[in-house]
Amino acid sequence: MAKSITQEFVKGLWDEIPPFRLVLGLCPVLAVTKSVENGLGMGVAVIFVLVCSNILVSLLRNIIPSKVRIACFIVIIATFVIVVELLMQAYTYALFLKLGIFIPLIVVNCILLGRAEAFAYKNGVVASIADGFGIGIGFTLSLVSIGALREVFGNGTFFGTSVFGPSYQPFTFMVEAPGAFVCLGLMLCMMNLAGKK
Amino acid sequence: MREIIKMIVVLTVLSAFSGGLLAAIRGGTKDKIEYQQLVFVKGPAIKNILEGCSNDPIVDRFKIKDGDIERSFFVGVFDGKADTVAFEGFGKGFGGDIGLMVGVNINDDKIIGMGVTTHSETPGIGSKAKTDPKFSHQFKGLAAIEPCKVKPDGGKIDAISGATVTSRGVCGGVSNAAEIYKRLKPQIADEIKKKFK
Repeated sequence: MAKSITQEFVKGLWDEIPPFRLVLGLCPVLAVTKSVENGLGMGVAVIFVLVCSNILVSLLRNIIPSKVRIACFIVIIATFVIVVELLMQAYTYALFLKLGIFIPLIVVNCILLGRAEAFAYKNGVVASIADGFGIGIGFTLSLVSIGALREVFGNGTFFGTSVFGPSYQPFTFMVEAPGAFVCLGLMLCMMNLAGKK
Repeated sequence: MREIIKMIVVLTVLSAFSGGLLAAIRGGTKDKIEYQQLVFVKGPAIKNILEGCSNDPIVDRFKIKDGDIERSFFVGVFDGKADTVAFEGFGKGFGGDIGLMVGVNINDDKIIGMGVTTHSETPGIGSKAKTDPKFSHQFKGLAAIEPCKVKPDGGKIDAISGATVTSRGVCGGVSNAAEIYKRLKPQIADEIKKKFK
């Protein structure tokens, strides 16, 4: 049964929100969420690559032979990732420095390959765009929420501005690697409790 | 047979197309990226170090070949005399390499300022090496031809509390810059003379 465009979009925001429901793409979720800004930047980059690659894959889905489809997906995804990398270097250099290696690593993010294989290769262009935006925004929201949690407690700031004032002693554990795992675990737990029927 | 040909054609066309797209975008963003790198990474540190100079050090820069590497030097003009250069050094920090800029007066070989440009130290602790002026001001007036050390190692620099490794890394970077300066001093003086007759 075909779903409507809105449904394709909305499913990415809750039912199939990547890091929490599908538990996919955890590497950037753990690594770049030291601050809200990083999370947002990473999310926007992923949205761009996801939407573009979804469009191209669904346009070419009748031409790409199924035996070499994975290779074709990777070529398409890698191209857009490098486009993002160059554009970020040219226009948002400060953010690019913070995200560093994790921008090129979007290539191997399983969300992108997963959406190309599981959705765009089987559906029309419009549905693929909706799917790309939905999943991408869902991914961004998760990055931003974990980033907010870690930045507020770990550094006492939100988006670079101080929340608790100068007397707050930052709980540095949160911005280090173990804090990322704890945050992710807590978020997964909350999502599961909230989604329990 | 037909299938194989189709696979080859599709992959070739796709790769050629992506190659062309990337080449175009790279060509379009190249200058912008180089400018951004200078302004963002080194610009603030250079401005800080060469405070009050009457020229634009990023415009008045020159390169000297040092073995296999080309090093950039930024000239500062004070009171009509071009006698100060700022250049880069690297040291090993807690989270990776620390890049820093050192400004040296070529008449008396004294450091006039130091600023950290790139680092991956712990936010809120080691990152103070970049943000805390009290720390970086200690380097002012040191001789640029001697290695630089923190107090526990027998030097003159007060380490940042909780970030001894970072402080040592910064001192290592300054020492590294001092070595470069010692090695290249004749060429530096030559280049400045050529530029400001």
